[in-house]
Amino acid sequence: MSTVDVQNIALSIGGVPILERVNLSVTSGEFCAIVGASGCGKSTFLRMLLSQQRPSSGAILIDGETVAPEPTPDRGIVFQKYSVFPHLTVAGNLVLPADFASGSPLARLFGARRRNARAAAMAMLEKIGLGPHADKYPAQLSGGQQQRLAIAQALSMKPKILLLDEPFGALDPGIRADMHELLSGLWKETRMTVFMVTHDIGEAFKLGTRVLVFDKIRPDGGKAGPAGATITYDLKLDREQRRARALAGAALVAAAPARTANDA
Amino acid sequence: MRIINQFPTRRSRLILGVVPFAAIAVIYALASRIRLEANPADRLLPAFSSMFDTFVRLATEPDRRSGDIVLWTDTLASLSRLGLGLGIAAAIALVLGIMIGFVPKFRATLAPLVGAMSLIPPLAILPILFIVFGLDELSKVALIVIGITPVMTRDLASRVADIPEEQIVKAQTLGASSWAMTLRVVLPQTLPRLVASLRLALGPAWLFLIAAEAIAATDGLGYRIFLVRRYLAMDVILPYVAWITLLAWLSDLALREFAARAFPWSKSGGGL
Repeated sequence: MSTVDVQNIALSIGGVPILERVNLSVTSGEFCAIVGASGCGKSTFLRMLLSQQRPSSGAILIDGETVAPEPTPDRGIVFQKYSVFPHLTVAGNLVLPADFASGSPLARLFGARRRNARAAAMAMLEKIGLGPHADKYPAQLSGGQQQRLAIAQALSMKPKILLLDEPFGALDPGIRADMHELLSGLWKETRMTVFMVTHDIGEAFKLGTRVLVFDKIRPDGGKAGPAGATITYDLKLDREQRRARALAGAALVAAAPARTANDA
Repeated sequence: MRIINQFPTRRSRLILGVVPFAAIAVIYALASRIRLEANPADRLLPAFSSMFDTFVRLATEPDRRSGDIVLWTDTLASLSRLGLGLGIAAAIALVLGIMIGFVPKFRATLAPLVGAMSLIPPLAILPILFIVFGLDELSKVALIVIGITPVMTRDLASRVADIPEEQIVKAQTLGASSWAMTLRVVLPQTLPRLVASLRLALGPAWLFLIAAEAIAATDGLGYRIFLVRRYLAMDVILPYVAWITLLAWLSDLALREFAARAFPWSKSGGGL
């Protein structure tokens, strides 16, 4: 439930521009899907929203305040993989944030507080359909179940903004549809501001209220040297339009390989 | 079919594994018999029976001079030095490894030092240890610790650095402090590697133990071997070597079983 303002950020690494002139104003509760060719900097943009990477210039503001220089609980994250902790059980993964919040020197809750945290974790697991798997380790879960857990874990801190970096990229299409349902349900319930990087344009139009396309363009008609990527299309979708756009998205998917080939 | 695609069955795998051991035993027995037939007083290749008798005597009868049962006093002395050395090395390597692998400023400070230390040949500083710590237990334990800690530290530091960045970032978004991440994310994932690292360090640890005992000790498995070397007592040396091998194998097995039980989630705990 927060606004995000991205003010003219640019990033270059070792003299190579990655992103430039990125400006964006997102109102509270929007679901921004970010698409673009491989290597266009969309994941880098997400890393900057998370403060995992700092922009070379420009500023990112949440609710009018500059973001912290390191990852903080106001921004939740779900990665494509390695997002849950392999050494903790499913329930343990969901109790962990409460353990961190306990402030105890052992970073662990004990006694009644631990039982309460475990009960809350179990309630969440029931809700996302992982109740029977509470005492398994993540390696014993399917890819879709692991991502359900990762989403539940990220939401446990009630972040202002949820960031998703190709969260369903490694999942089967059928499972992916289930995950879309889970995610839109949680989004409608919490009214969080969401940023999701995806390769799947259909997914972007299905879930997003706004689709941002990242690409490298040269406004001045081609000076020498490489250019950074920026937002080339910013499509705000009406709810009624989204279904129709999802169909159109399929056509865009077909066109995408040609586009990537041109970039290369 | 190509040989790389031919897989032995369970039974033939067992037989194939036993063949080299059996071959060595047969060759030894034949060589021993040939030498003993030529000279019944030969000491170089004692028969299995005489080695067995000697071993039983060492394991059951008290020594005439000290009154101790030699095998057990030697084993106890060596294992306590080894255990102490491994324990201290593991504790130091765990703390340093996590500091170096997890905290960039500690890495900048400590990694070059540990890198340089790991290049010092431990046996070259054994005289220094004897001078500084004296000839008693401390110098032997110190040699084991100095010998294996740098390698274990580097191994653990690289394992810590290999923890996916995604996990560390995720933990921060869940509100973890550096200390909380160390305790709840890094340490538990480093422990299986610590056990694996200890298993790899067992060989060098025995090496340093026996070297130290050979030079200055009054008991211990290495001391005994080097003591009886003067009398060419192969009937003591060979069973002692077999006994040390058995102990090393058992400690490796114990560590592997421990890891499989304590870290069921870990591939390196269960596997390897």
